[in-house]
Amino acid sequence: MSVLVFAETSEGKFKKSAFEVTSYGKKVAEQLGTNVVVLTINSNEPTLLYMYGAEKVLNVSNDALRTFNAKVYANIIKQAAEKENSKLVIIDSNANAIYLAPTLAVNLSAGYASNVVALPTSTSPFTLKRKTFSNKAFNYTELTTDCKVISLAKNSFGLVENKVDGNVEEFSPQLIESGLTSTSVEQTTGKVTIADADVVVSGGRGLKGPENWGMIEELADVFGAATACSKPVSDLGWRPHSEHVGQTGKPVASNLYVAVGISGAIQHLAGVNSSKVKVVINTDPEAPFFKAADYGIIGDAFEVVPKLIEKLKEFKANNA
Amino acid sequence: MKILVCISHVPDTTSKINFTDNDSKFDSNGVQYVINPYDEFALTRAMWFKEKQGATVTVVNVGNVSTEPTLRKALAIGADDAIRVNAEPTDGFAVAKELAEVVKNGGFNLVLAGKESSDYNGGMVPGMLAALLDFSFVNACIGLEIEGEKATISREIDGGKEILSSNLPLIIAGQKGLVEEKDLRIPNMRGIMMARKKPLTVVEPINSEAATSIISFEKQAAKAACKMVDADNVDELIRLLHNEAKVI
Ligand SMILES: Cc1cc2nc3c(=O)[nH]c(=O)nc-3n(C[C@H](O)[C@H](O)[C@H](O)COP(=O)(O)OP(=O)(O)OC[C@H]3O[C@@H](n4cnc5c(N)ncnc54)[C@H](O)[C@@H]3O)c2cc1C
Repeated sequence: MSVLVFAETSEGKFKKSAFEVTSYGKKVAEQLGTNVVVLTINSNEPTLLYMYGAEKVLNVSNDALRTFNAKVYANIIKQAAEKENSKLVIIDSNANAIYLAPTLAVNLSAGYASNVVALPTSTSPFTLKRKTFSNKAFNYTELTTDCKVISLAKNSFGLVENKVDGNVEEFSPQLIESGLTSTSVEQTTGKVTIADADVVVSGGRGLKGPENWGMIEELADVFGAATACSKPVSDLGWRPHSEHVGQTGKPVASNLYVAVGISGAIQHLAGVNSSKVKVVINTDPEAPFFKAADYGIIGDAFEVVPKLIEKLKEFKANNA
Repeated sequence: MKILVCISHVPDTTSKINFTDNDSKFDSNGVQYVINPYDEFALTRAMWFKEKQGATVTVVNVGNVSTEPTLRKALAIGADDAIRVNAEPTDGFAVAKELAEVVKNGGFNLVLAGKESSDYNGGMVPGMLAALLDFSFVNACIGLEIEGEKATISREIDGGKEILSSNLPLIIAGQKGLVEEKDLRIPNMRGIMMARKKPLTVVEPINSEAATSIISFEKQAAKAACKMVDADNVDELIRLLHNEAKVI
């Protein structure tokens, strides 16, 4: 039995989470006293996975798979699991991975645990620590089935270098039919997405109006960050819904989260408190966000943010 | 069109999360329960299909009798009838199997759910249900149009959106965008009165086996106090982020 990891690519390149799930899969395989096999689809450079402990890489090269299809992909992962006699499949928590996971679990008659944040606390029974109640707590879940699927929460394990001498095998699975047809994909290129970003700069109602987002975008630019916003900001149409973060929006699990003019309501915090370091800029010393933050500045965003942009540019210039 | 909307009964988003019985159970003391926020988007879209395209709308919940007020609220918003599967929803796979029975028995051809429930955040029931029934499935759905048997669906992807098409039967897991926040409905007096008379059928479970079980809970560790930096000294913030937090 081996552990099977699914490492996602985007236009031939590995997502950062691909290295994280590989690092994680390698450690779980060690815990179980077995090896790790990493499956990837249309990767330009599958050997990059050796750095994170992938002893064996199954690479599927097929132009028909350029566009993601959850049902087709889940079926390919199932075929790989059967071929490698894997009883444990590990995926990341990107949009595509969590889309295909439930289908995969049914295909394999597997128990499925999402939002996993650490190595199994026990392998028999197989027990996992997971985020729950929208990040307000954790639970420990036992998977009682023979086959298991787990999805690792973003940025919860990190990249662990563990260079091995691996090998790549071409894998040619059967492709099933799916009743769903993709008719178009609109994707902003060249912009960091909230899902992939190491740094996220987020603005709230304290910024008064959409016309004031120039400085938020500039600050994000200097950080190399994605931009985000609180719920009312997207409800008011100041920013697109895709930027809404929090309990009912996107979760954020970046290394750094900078909140400008956001009060820190419980629903907002729930979605962002998986970020490692939080900085808050707010005029109100009583804003609840200060209780959840690591660093705080009490001050007017319209004065603090331009200064921060200027100083950060200097810092970047000196540390380039 | 026969629509089934899956309704999860969850603590209000402002609830303080506590546990009892040696951290093995969620403490529901003093907790207000609501329709899962993601399911509200699905229900509101279903109401649109009812009003504009003559669909029927049934709401369903897998849960014990305490979830009935939440189902009544969905009826007050405008669903035609409700079904409660009388089982503890302890595991996503088991819930999906119960719902699959309801879909088969009721002949539903469109199932609308939320992309996850805000309590256990599993994100598994709609996808599993689709796989069990072999229906088309779209996750993170932010737009849905139906014409005859043909559906056009938008889904959110990392950094954009994808448009898909499929024939019915179909299951979608929705979120904001499926309808706008301002379109969400609050039950009015007339709706609440009518909801009392609408049918709420209780069905017994098929007792599907669970694939997972939660052993215990743990709260987030308390945080160290926030370090305050003077607004006139943003250099200090940059220094801290670089040297101490090591994030830049
Ligand atoms: C069911 C439900 C789900 C929800 N889900 C979410 C969610 O997912 N995400 C989310 O964000 N919210 C969510 N909310 C809303 C949440 O309760 C808050 O209303 C919201 O987060 C507040 O947004 P805000 O901080 O931008 O605005 P406000 O609460 O209005 O705060 C604005 C802040 O800006 C500060 N400020 C004002 N002027 C300045 C200035 N010049 N410089 C610096 N600071 C300034 C103020 O001191 C204040 O703290 C949800 C609510 C409900 C009921």
